[in-house]
Amino acid sequence: MSTPQGHLETLPRSVQILLGLGLIALLAFPFAGQDFYTQMVTRMMILAIFAMSLDLLQGITGLVSLGHAAYFGVAGYVLAFLSPADAGASWLTSLPLAVLASALLALTIGFFVVRTQGIYFIMVTMAFAQMVYFLFFDNKALGGSDGLYVNVRPAALGLDFENKLVMYFFTLACLVLTYAFLRRLLWSPFGRTLNGIRLNEHRTQALGYASFSYKLTAFTLAGALAGLAGYLWAAQSGYVNPELMGFHMSAHAIMMVILGGMGNVAGALIGAFGFELFLHFFKDLPKVGEFDLGKHWQLWMGSLIVLVVVVAPQGLMGMLRPRSSHND
Amino acid sequence: MTEPMLKASSLTKRFGGLLAVNDVSLSLYKDQLHAVIGPNGAGKTTLTHLLSGDIPASSGELWLKGQAVTGWPHHRLSLQGLGRSYQKTNVFLPLTVWENLMLAAQAKDALAPFNPLSWFIRADRNLSVVERAERALQLSGLVASKNKTAAILSHGIQRQLEIAMVLATAPDVLLLDEPLAGMGAAEAETMVALLQSLKKDHAMLLVEHDMDAVFALADVLTVMVNGTVIASGTPEAIRSDAKVQAAYLGETTP
Repeated sequence: MSTPQGHLETLPRSVQILLGLGLIALLAFPFAGQDFYTQMVTRMMILAIFAMSLDLLQGITGLVSLGHAAYFGVAGYVLAFLSPADAGASWLTSLPLAVLASALLALTIGFFVVRTQGIYFIMVTMAFAQMVYFLFFDNKALGGSDGLYVNVRPAALGLDFENKLVMYFFTLACLVLTYAFLRRLLWSPFGRTLNGIRLNEHRTQALGYASFSYKLTAFTLAGALAGLAGYLWAAQSGYVNPELMGFHMSAHAIMMVILGGMGNVAGALIGAFGFELFLHFFKDLPKVGEFDLGKHWQLWMGSLIVLVVVVAPQGLMGMLRPRSSHND
Repeated sequence: MTEPMLKASSLTKRFGGLLAVNDVSLSLYKDQLHAVIGPNGAGKTTLTHLLSGDIPASSGELWLKGQAVTGWPHHRLSLQGLGRSYQKTNVFLPLTVWENLMLAAQAKDALAPFNPLSWFIRADRNLSVVERAERALQLSGLVASKNKTAAILSHGIQRQLEIAMVLATAPDVLLLDEPLAGMGAAEAETMVALLQSLKKDHAMLLVEHDMDAVFALADVLTVMVNGTVIASGTPEAIRSDAKVQAAYLGETTP
C-alpha cells in the first residue's frame, strides 16, 4: 500500500474554470438539445450526486464502500411506496422522507460497519447491501424482482416533475447544492477531521477525536445524499427495481469516483459525467465482423479504468493538476 | 504535597503469558519531569500506552487531575488534558506542519461531528484554534517549517512536530515516548532545551534512552526492568543505587 495522498481537496484554477463552463453548459443544454438528451443529462446529473455522496466516504474519509447503492435504491422505493396509483406524491413530503429513510438505513448499517477497516469494510458494506437487495428482490410485497412503478411523478409548489424541464432544473439545483455543501464541508472542522482520519486514524484519536462518531456521521450523511440521488432517479425514470441497489450500481459509483479523481468532490462530479459519456460511446461501438464491440462495453470500460489508474492515479481531474504544486 | 496531575496505581498488562508491565505505580506532578528508563523490552512504551489509554490495562487504576479515568479510551483522556507523543513518528505526513498543528489544535473545542454547525463553519476561522496552533509552532521552534509538508522534513524536525502536535492540544500532562530517538547531537540539544522549557506548567513523563538528556532533565527517575520497577527516586539516589547499576547503567554508560 502506498501512503495516502494529502491535499486532494485543492482545486487547480483549470478545474474551477471547467466546472464554471460545465455549469453554463448545463444551464443552456435543455434549450439546445432534444428531449431524449435532456433526460439523458438529467440521469447523468443524478449519478453525479450519487458519485459525490460516495466520495465523502471513499475520497474524503478513506472508507471504500462497496454497498453504497443500497441507500440510493431505498430512497427510490420510498417514493414508489408513497406515490398513489393515480396521482403524484408531493415532493415536499416524499423527498425528505426518502432521504430520511436512506439516512436511517445508513446510520443502522454504519453503526456496525465503520468499526471495521480496509478490506473488511469493503466486504461488510457489500454484504449488507446484498441483504437489502435480496430483501426487495425476494418479497412480492416490496415489488419483487420486477420492481415498482411510480405512475405519476411527484409535484409540489407548482413544480411538476412530469415536466421534463422542471425535472431537469430541479436535478441541476440539487446537483449544485450537493456540490456546494460537500465543498464547504471539506474545509469545515468536520471535514478536516475526516481528512485526518483518512491519513492517520490512530493519531486523530490520540489528538482527542472520537473517530467512530466521525466515521458514522460521514457514513450517514453519505447515505442521505445517495438517497437524494435515488429519489431523483425514481422520480425521473418512473420506476424502481432491485438493480438500483445492486452490486453493479455500487461498483459503477466507485469507478466514477476513481475515474474523476478522489477526495475533492469535483473529481466525482467530473467522473460521473465522464463515465456515462464513455458508457454511451462504448455501447454504441459497431459490429466488426462477427464481433459486436458495443455488446462488450464492459471490457472497454474496464480497460479504460485500469488505464486511468495506471497513467493518472488522481483521475481525469488529476491530469489537470500541476505536479507537486504544494511543496514550495 | 500537591495533588498529582496523573496517578497510576498497580498498572499491569499481560500479553498472553508475557507480563509486559507488572504492578507499576507512579504519580506525575505539575512542573516536574518524571523520567522512566530501562533496557530494551523493559515495558516502558507499554507503560506509556497504558497511561495514555492507547491500550487497556489488564488491571490497575488511573486518575487524571483527581478524576478516576480507568478504562477511558485515549481520545477522551486527550480531551481531558493528557497529551502524548510517539516513539515512532506518528504525524500526518502528507499535510504541512501548519495543517498538522491546526488539526491537533482544533480537537480541543471541536463540536460533535453530528452537529451541523461543524459542517459549515470554516476550520481556519476559529481564532482560539489558530492561536493554539500558533503557540505550539512558536514553542517548538517550527516557524521556519510552517508550510512544509511533514513527509519531506528531516527526522529531527519531524520529532519536533510530533511534540508540537501534542502541545497544540494544550495538555496539562505530557507523556513523551523517546522524543530524542534517532536524533543527531545538535538536534538533540534543541529538543532538550524545548523539554526543559516545557517543564514549567506541565506534568511530564519522559521515556528516554539518552542518559545525558535524562539526567539533565529529570526531577524523578523510575527504572524498569522486565516490566517491573526496580528503583524510583531522585537522579542522585538512582545513580548510586547498586541494583540499578547492576541491571542497567553499568552496561550503557562508560
